[in-house]
Amino acid sequence: MKISYYPGCTLKSKARNFEDSALASLAALGFEVTELERWNCCGALFSLTTDDLLHQLAPVRVLIRAQQAGAGKVTTLCSQCYNTLARANRLMREDEEKRNTLNQFMTEEPDYHGQVEVVHFLQLLRDEIGWERIRAALKRPLTGLKVAPFYGCMLLRPKEVGIDSPVKPSILMDFIAALGATPTDFAAAEECCGAYQVLAAPEAGLKRTRRVVEAARASGVDALVLSCPLCEYNIGKQQQELAAPGGALPVFYFSQLLAVALGAAEESCRFDLNAAGARELLEERGLIAAAARK
Amino acid sequence: MTTVKTGIAAELIPIYIMGKRYLVPEALTIMKAIEYAGYQFIRGCGCRGGVCGACSTVFRREGDYKIYSGLACQTVVEPNMHLAQIPFYPALRRPYDYAAAVADGAIVAQLYPEVFRCVACNACTKICPMDVQVMDYIGALKRGDLALAASISFDCIQCGLCASRCMAEIPQYHVAQLARRLYGGKLAPRAEHLAAMVGRISSGAYRALLGELKTMSAKQLREVYTGRQMEPAMTDESWRPDENVGL
Repeated sequence: MKISYYPGCTLKSKARNFEDSALASLAALGFEVTELERWNCCGALFSLTTDDLLHQLAPVRVLIRAQQAGAGKVTTLCSQCYNTLARANRLMREDEEKRNTLNQFMTEEPDYHGQVEVVHFLQLLRDEIGWERIRAALKRPLTGLKVAPFYGCMLLRPKEVGIDSPVKPSILMDFIAALGATPTDFAAAEECCGAYQVLAAPEAGLKRTRRVVEAARASGVDALVLSCPLCEYNIGKQQQELAAPGGALPVFYFSQLLAVALGAAEESCRFDLNAAGARELLEERGLIAAAARK
Repeated sequence: MTTVKTGIAAELIPIYIMGKRYLVPEALTIMKAIEYAGYQFIRGCGCRGGVCGACSTVFRREGDYKIYSGLACQTVVEPNMHLAQIPFYPALRRPYDYAAAVADGAIVAQLYPEVFRCVACNACTKICPMDVQVMDYIGALKRGDLALAASISFDCIQCGLCASRCMAEIPQYHVAQLARRLYGGKLAPRAEHLAAMVGRISSGAYRALLGELKTMSAKQLREVYTGRQMEPAMTDESWRPDENVGL
C-alpha cells in the first residue's frame, strides 16, 4: 500500500522526533510513504470566522496539491494539520457558495470539490493496518509501561472531523494496548493543553500544564503519548516551568513508542528533542540501550 | 485599435504610459517604447538584457482586470496595454552578521517574522516576471528548509514585485537572498575540485606555462588560441581533450 503524506512545517523543524519515528515505523510495517512533492503550511488553525475565506486558502491549496499528486487520501501526523485540513475539506465539500468563491479566487489552480480524503496517521493504523498486524510485528513489546493517552482537542473536536468519539475515545488506548503497554486512562485526557495561551497568557497556560500533569500522576502513569507538537510543548517542555515534585512526567509522540516497540532504529526516535525524562524512562525499563553519558 | 502608417516599416500602436496615451512603433520593447515616447531613464534601467531586474513593469491588457508583469527591456508592447514602471520597492532588508549566522530556519524567523503571516494567497507567484514559485519558497522557509528555498528562488532578479503584491507585507526577495547566501556559504557541499585547482595555481604549477605565453608574439598567441582543440557541439560530460597542458 502506498501512502500519500503531508508532513506540515513543525514536523520538519522542531518535531523531527515525531516525523522520523512515524516514517521509520511505517517502513518497519512494510509501507511505502510518499511525501507530497509540493506543499505549503496548512494554515495552522481553522478560522472560525465564517466569512474569513482568506484563511482557507492555505489548507485548500494543500488539498489541491494532494489531488494533483493523484492521491485519493492524504495522511497527516500533526493533530493540528489534520484538524485544519479536514475542516477545510468539509467546507469545500459542503458549502457550494464558499467553494465557488475559493475556486474563483485561485484561478491558477484546478477547481477543487473535496475529492481528497484527509486521514490521520492513527486512523491509518486503526482502520487500514489494524492493531492485530501491529501486535504481530512487535519486536520489543512495552510490557509493564503504564501509558496514558493525551488526545487534546484537535483529534476529537469538532465531532464532524474527530477521529473518534469526542467524549469517550478509545483509539489511543487501543494503540497503547497494541504495543504491549498498559493503557491507563486519566481524568484530563481529552482536555485542552493550553494551546497558544503560552504566548498570550503564560500563567493561564501553565495552569493547564499543571492540571494535566497532576491528573496523570494521580492515575499512576509512567508516561503520556500525544499527537500534537503544540500539546507536546505545553505538556512536555513547559513542565520545566512547574518544578513539579517527583520530577518530570515523560511525554512522547505516539509514533516514538511505536518505533521502539517495532524495533526501528533508535536514531529515528530523536529522543534528544523530547523534554527531560523521556529517554531516561525507556532506558530504565530496558526498552532502549542506555546512551553514553557526556 | 488605432493604427497609423508611417515611413518606417513598423506600424504605430497606442499604449498608455501611466494613464497617458502614446503612439509607439509595434515590436518595440516596453523600455524602448517609453524612451520613444520621450521619457529618459535615470534609474529603473540597468542591463537591458533581462538579467538585472531593475526595470519591472506592471501592466494590464485592454478590458482585462488581471495585472501582468514583465521586465521592460524584455517585454514587447501590445496595442492598448496600460503600464507603469516599478523601479524600486521600499521593502525592509534586515542587516545581520553573516559570519556569526547559523544556517537554519531559526534565523529566518528571527530576522523576518513576517514570513509567518503568509496565508498562501499566491499573489507573489502570480506577479513574478521570472515565473519563480515565490509562495512555495516562502512555504519552504516557514518549515526552515533553506536548501529548498535557495533552489526554488534561484532565478530571482530582486525586482521586488512580489513584495509589492503581498498582503502580509513580506519582503520575499530579501528573505530568499538570505536563504541563498546562507545555503551557498554554509550548507552547500564545497567544490573540492575548485580548492584543488586553486591549490595547484598557488603552488606555482602553472607559472612556467604562463611565462611561456608571455614571451609569445601576438601572431603566435593567435595561432595557439585558434589552433586549440574545441569541444564538439554535440557531446556529453565524458568528453576530454587529447592534450590538456594548461590544466
